[in-house]
Amino acid sequence: MATTLRINGQTHQVDLPDDVPLLWVLRDDIGLTGTKFGCGVAACGACTVHIDGEAVRSCQVPLSDVWGEVTTIEGLGTPQAMATIQQAWVDHQVAQCGYCQSGQIMQAAALLAENPAPSDADIDEAMLGNLCRCGTYPRIRAAIHDAAARLQEA
Amino acid sequence: MARVGKILRRTFLIGSAAIVGGVAFGAYYVSRPAANPLKPRDGEAALNPFVLIDQNGVTLIAPRAEMGQGVRTTWAALIAEELDVDLDQVTVLHGPAAAAYYNSALIGEGLPNKGYDITNFQHNLGEALGVLGRTLSLQVTGGSTSMKDGFERMRQAGASARETLKRAAANRLNLDPGELQTASGNVIAPNGDQIAYKDLARDAAALEPVDVPLRDPSQWRYLGKSMPRLDMVDKATGTAEFGLDVRLPGMKFASVRMSPRLGGAMIGFDDSAAKSMPGVEKIVDLGTGVAVIASNTWLANQAVEAIEIDWGEAPYPTDTDGIFATIATAFDDAPNSTMRDDGDVGTLPDGATEITAEYQVPYLAHATMEPMNATALYTGDALELWCGNQAPTLIRMRVAKTAGLDTEAVQIHTPYLGGGFGRRGELDFGDIATRVAMAMPGTPIQTAWSREEDMRHDYYRPGAMARMHGAIKDGTAVLIDGQVAAQSCTQQAVGRYTGLPAGGPDKVLVEGFFNQPYAVPNYRMRGHIADLSVPVGFWRSVGNSHNGFFHETFMDEMAHAAGRDPLDFRLELMKNEHAPSAGCLEAVRDMSGWTGATPDGIGRGVAFTYSFGTPVAQVIEVIDENGTIRINKAWIACDMGLALDPENVKAQMFGGMIYGLSAACYGQITFADGEVEQFNFPDYDALRMHTTPEVEVRVLETNRHMGGAGEPGTPPSMPALGNALFDLTGRRARSLPLNTEFNLLV
Repeated sequence: MATTLRINGQTHQVDLPDDVPLLWVLRDDIGLTGTKFGCGVAACGACTVHIDGEAVRSCQVPLSDVWGEVTTIEGLGTPQAMATIQQAWVDHQVAQCGYCQSGQIMQAAALLAENPAPSDADIDEAMLGNLCRCGTYPRIRAAIHDAAARLQEA
Repeated sequence: MARVGKILRRTFLIGSAAIVGGVAFGAYYVSRPAANPLKPRDGEAALNPFVLIDQNGVTLIAPRAEMGQGVRTTWAALIAEELDVDLDQVTVLHGPAAAAYYNSALIGEGLPNKGYDITNFQHNLGEALGVLGRTLSLQVTGGSTSMKDGFERMRQAGASARETLKRAAANRLNLDPGELQTASGNVIAPNGDQIAYKDLARDAAALEPVDVPLRDPSQWRYLGKSMPRLDMVDKATGTAEFGLDVRLPGMKFASVRMSPRLGGAMIGFDDSAAKSMPGVEKIVDLGTGVAVIASNTWLANQAVEAIEIDWGEAPYPTDTDGIFATIATAFDDAPNSTMRDDGDVGTLPDGATEITAEYQVPYLAHATMEPMNATALYTGDALELWCGNQAPTLIRMRVAKTAGLDTEAVQIHTPYLGGGFGRRGELDFGDIATRVAMAMPGTPIQTAWSREEDMRHDYYRPGAMARMHGAIKDGTAVLIDGQVAAQSCTQQAVGRYTGLPAGGPDKVLVEGFFNQPYAVPNYRMRGHIADLSVPVGFWRSVGNSHNGFFHETFMDEMAHAAGRDPLDFRLELMKNEHAPSAGCLEAVRDMSGWTGATPDGIGRGVAFTYSFGTPVAQVIEVIDENGTIRINKAWIACDMGLALDPENVKAQMFGGMIYGLSAACYGQITFADGEVEQFNFPDYDALRMHTTPEVEVRVLETNRHMGGAGEPGTPPSMPALGNALFDLTGRRARSLPLNTEFNLLV
């Protein structure tokens, strides 16, 4: 039975069992591979996407439960037209291996949408579910503060 | 000689061959130069294995695994520096698996066949695998070697290509090459006319490569300065392609289960439930495990989990206690190595006070963020394999053997690695994906491991134990006699990679143990190899990862026993032994405002490890917040000599430290019933945003020799934290992880 999804402003028909997590719909069916698989148990945040603007772990959302418009890292910005948060990531040279960074950026984008001037404690609280084995946290923190400042100026 | 010179210039290998291996290796290349793997088509010029120019522009080959360390950018910068191209106007590719891309100058697969004494070869294997790439000479990214390896060769590659292009332009313009300049991918004539390199490709391809001296560092535009990483935009926009992101027409997805009793047999399985599950296309009996091929990774994983499997016994003691009991028995055997034996440790100096301590650290998983995976297309007479890997030539040989093909029939593609840390230097993921793909010829199949499969099928950092005996007198160390016991990842890995039995002294087992720059008059360090078959491998900083903890915790214990400040105690022993090392200690002292005294509720620890040619000192500060201990701040100083990209070096230093602190705080792989007890990140956590300290890094450049960057940040982090906890609580951490004894913030 086909399910209709709205992803990054486009409509997709998906013919998969209801219990397939959104992550695997995105990656293996639709071909949006920017959203990453890290753990499958909501312990690392690599699969973070937005549903109606809220940051969610797409590995935990069955296809049948997708309740709104999905935004993935590809929908946030593109190499030619990066979102402010992505530009801050580049300017601060955050990524090392880069595998977790889609999820980090999606989580940070949701934080800034909710809290335009997060404190260090707010960043800790919002970001602690996003694991980075390369240890890029100091630069993630700096990039979030910087993006917040730029968004306030804009 | 002319002919010899020509060949050497063509191969671009003699520079480092002469440095590392001497005449013999040069002779090898003279008799069999490494072929240029780039096959230029008409109108293209592959001026050497690292520079390809065609009508569309310049492509540089950076055949090292980009796993987060920034190698793609700095490697390309080495070539661009001399070639006179702008990094944002060239394409940088990883390139194929090829002999020409051997890390440094040694031969690897060719070595035994070329008549090198196998005993001598084995004798040196300790070093060979500690700095795997540098010495085994395969196309390997590891051992923190890339910049040492590429520093001369890549600049030579760029310089020679530049001069060859100038010669082509000179011929065309009827000028002397000396009258021409180069900049931004153009040759510039005295009258200001420019000819783009791409327009000279065809002419240059017909010329002999031109030899030229390298530029003085004062002329450098890129090197020594921080550069924007070439992969950063892709990684910020989700467009960087990792192994798991490879998508091919018609591809299927597979999930795999191998024996949780590592190396054990599969007795049988019942797949009746799995067969009819949604999306399932095929169940593959791999002999030692099973795989399910399906239309979707998650459906494949659901089905493979539904297979009932009867696993055989593990070929090692079934639980952690039994494994460590076996490790302890290695102390009773003759040492495998005694790489330091200064003075006389058998006699206690008059008036000295003895001190002894025993330490133990656990097995550790690599836990890269991207689980192991590979995508394979097997067509019966050829194989293509896409996977993040640290050893393309090795994996190519392995999967060729698996598929019963000549290596020439196998193509390896190396996308970005979602973390490596040594794990992706192994070959298992490529081998398994090949076996799965062979069950469905003509169909590309991506075999992805679940996090649980990844966590429970690693080549673990070996668990290790140390017995330390020392003596202090007049406030200084006068004797250190240390023993470390662990499995040898070197010997095990040599068997895996080459099929050859390995013996001889294992330097990797004792790195960070015997080679620390302290002037202690009676100083003996011995390594004992534990005979166990738990799969072990190269984990960021390898032997240093346990020996740094052993050595530097013991130094701290001696300093306290001597009533000395632990930083001064070290500095005094080091300052006449190795000035750059002492400089690192002085730097963290100054950066942290170290006074040796901390207020109640705050603890500070210092540690130092010299590894991969780079001394690194760290000070870590912990803070007691209502009974919960948080790592508050960290200061790092390193001295690798010339730092080709200082900001990138800083990232490697704090990243390496955080990797080490994660292990120190929470990391342990334990065994029960022959199976690893950790499944996923909730069982094997790491530092996160709120548990990571504020960090400051200083990059010194006084060391005469270029050191590595990717690994040296890891070893001192663990003892620095343990020493800080001692300062805070008065309790000495003699085993890891620390969360078993201390109430650390999680």
